[in-house]
Amino acid sequence: MHIMEGFLPPAHALGWAAVSAPVLAWGLHAMGRSLRAHPERRMLLGVAAAFAFLLSALKLPSVTGSCSHPTGVGLGALLFGPAAMVPVGFVVLLFQALLLAHGGLTTLGANVFSMAIVGPFVSYGVFRVAAVLGLSRSVAVFLAACLGDLATYVTTSAQLAWAFPDAVGGFYASFVKFAGIFALTQVPIAISEGLLTVLVVNAMARFNAQELRSLPVMALGARKAA
Amino acid sequence: MKTRTWGILAAVVLLTVLPLWFAAAPPAVPGTAAPAMFGGSDERAQQAIGSIAPAYKPWFAPVFEPASGEIASLLFALQAAVGAGVIGFWLGLSVARERARRADGASTSAQDARAD
Repeated sequence: MHIMEGFLPPAHALGWAAVSAPVLAWGLHAMGRSLRAHPERRMLLGVAAAFAFLLSALKLPSVTGSCSHPTGVGLGALLFGPAAMVPVGFVVLLFQALLLAHGGLTTLGANVFSMAIVGPFVSYGVFRVAAVLGLSRSVAVFLAACLGDLATYVTTSAQLAWAFPDAVGGFYASFVKFAGIFALTQVPIAISEGLLTVLVVNAMARFNAQELRSLPVMALGARKAA
Repeated sequence: MKTRTWGILAAVVLLTVLPLWFAAAPPAVPGTAAPAMFGGSDERAQQAIGSIAPAYKPWFAPVFEPASGEIASLLFALQAAVGAGVIGFWLGLSVARERARRADGASTSAQDARAD
């Protein structure tokens, strides 16, 4: 989902940065407030950040004959709310832009928007809906992580289609083309991410039951399960 | 529980390994060489941009580029290792903590039994 350095026209690059920057500031503020109020959450937030680091470094082969990587931000979003994952996703993307020439500084705003904002918010929303519907925790976690991952890649496709509309078919034709590259490749990878997130949440439920109960989102799921 | 965990792990491995045999060859973008199998989707998107807007020139170059593919995979491995290290630390700590808690519970109940 990384839009390469220099591959968004300046107006788009600036626009996405302007959209992402305030959300990032809000995410940092929310994360700091949550950690000051609940210092015992530091460990699990560290695990969520580590999960994003690990998963976004793994480029996995997919059925379309190309490789792509999961994002890993869904886990933290459904534990701590989407705001906490904005800074985490930003750090991952900055690391890859600066040291790996993967993504870029000019496209950082757009990449933060798709991976660190849309992904976590979709995961969080799906999880809440699933909890309200009374689905079991594992199913809710799977759907949240899987759909959040896919949403990131659909967003990237839309961003590129907006910047590079097809000469004949316009935005839509271009979107279909980019979605064929990104979103289709992502389907099995998103399923893998969903399954791995379920494993980590199961381990947390076993070992960190106390901390987990104090998390607002998880408590919602637990109430429904009870 | 245990069996389900192993089942999930097996599913993840299959989802990752099976595409190596069953993947379709990536469609060639007209005017360019056929793309290599299992290249990055990011590069495929770059080619697609080239075919939609052939006149577009990237206006900014990466500040630092890994000197070779090997260096790049070193840095990717480093990123994954940091993540896996933290998760391993948490998992090890959690297992030890639970074991200690259980041993503690067992010894206090043994003391209770003696006290009776």
